[in-house]
Amino acid sequence: MEAFFNVYGSLLLDSTLETLYMTFIATLFSYILGVPLGVILSVTKKGAIASSPSFNSVAGWIVNIVRSVPFIILMVFVIPFTRLVTGSSIGLNAAIVPLIIAATPFVARIVEQSLEEVDRGLIEAAKCMGASNIQIITKVMLKESRPSLIRGLSISTITILSYSAITGSIGAGGLGDMAIRYGYQQYIDSVMYATVILLVVIVVLIQWACNIWAFKADKRNRN
Amino acid sequence: MIKIENLSKEFNGKNGKVKALNNINLELNDGDIFGIIGMSGAGKSTLLRCITLLERPDSGSIYIGGSDILKLSPKELRSARGKMGVVFQNYNLLMQETVAKNVAFPMEIAGSPKHEIKERVASLLDLVQIGDKASFYPAQLSGGQRQRVAIARALATRPEALLCDEPTSALDVLTTKQVLTLLKEINEKLNTTIIIITHEMSAVKAICNKVAVIDDGCFVEMGDTKEVFSNPKSSVTKMLLGEDLRI
Repeated sequence: MEAFFNVYGSLLLDSTLETLYMTFIATLFSYILGVPLGVILSVTKKGAIASSPSFNSVAGWIVNIVRSVPFIILMVFVIPFTRLVTGSSIGLNAAIVPLIIAATPFVARIVEQSLEEVDRGLIEAAKCMGASNIQIITKVMLKESRPSLIRGLSISTITILSYSAITGSIGAGGLGDMAIRYGYQQYIDSVMYATVILLVVIVVLIQWACNIWAFKADKRNRN
Repeated sequence: MIKIENLSKEFNGKNGKVKALNNINLELNDGDIFGIIGMSGAGKSTLLRCITLLERPDSGSIYIGGSDILKLSPKELRSARGKMGVVFQNYNLLMQETVAKNVAFPMEIAGSPKHEIKERVASLLDLVQIGDKASFYPAQLSGGQRQRVAIARALATRPEALLCDEPTSALDVLTTKQVLTLLKEINEKLNTTIIIITHEMSAVKAICNKVAVIDDGCFVEMGDTKEVFSNPKSSVTKMLLGEDLRI
């Protein structure tokens, strides 16, 4: 055991930090892009506050198309774009670009679903009080769905984490990269197990933190 | 003053067009408490949705404070909405915001200054007798208290009229009585015109000075509450009064 950590300890630590970095940055940017997109998907539905069914179905199609491309293929497909943005097609930052592209439509759907949970009566009440659409979105929809948005955040982050492991296959760094190079290509099972255990721990922690945060944020739980 | 002229609304149903509202006329004087009563499916909800413009009527006019709200631009309409407060059966409160924030909401969206909002919220909460609940969340309140928050919120923009949609239908008998008493007090103190849409005879009898009976999208009877109920003409009114209720 000690021998194992002497050899791979610092490498595992670095890889863990790289994975966390990729996941965090990609989650951040896919939310910056995905929240507005999710709002648009939600409010342009038929009968919603900015009802525009034809626009909604076009946007929905684009989201579906991007989501249906397997991540490993998408990653290769967008390499020219990645080079344009980061100047390279390998490394951590190069991995973040396809991560954001793949995660944004995913996040948009997760956000859309949370917004759907907001009581329609509440939106109509806000309308009766003279709220504009922007006010309804910011002061009613996003506020009221906060606990659900936080629960969605845990799903998105964990999905992005697992995508980030796939980026290891193009030499991005992180735990996935380490698992492939040492575990898969060099048959060092112990490294494979260690990376898996670390990934499990990260997932559990993300889920746990988001659960607590969502519960605390939900004022319906106050008694 | 509120005046509704020749209001009609049709829906496309399965078997062709359905007239949900047929030539509704209504005139309220300042300070009236007007009850609109009818059975399920009579057109009460459609009428409410038309008056609040959640639904566009096909024809007719709705005058609130002198102007026909159907002829306003969307922007003008948004500011005109402050002239009418709406109270809903299921309260429709923001569950993630405090009582004070809920009451402040209509003023916030109208862009009122912060200190003014703060003062007004405090006085409104006192008016509806829940001054001590300002920092509570709706989930921590009883149904009656929630409806008080909703009433305070509806009064926030100093409306000329309060439109109440089944305001007591989700409440028990005692709480119903308290909420109706509150509405009556508000009417007397602030001279706010109140419209109550309901299927509950007792609510109308308790506080309305005028009543209209709606059936099949039409007003079948209208007048002073006492007169209408002591001398009911239409079969629906009789039914609502319970005279035909023999099982």
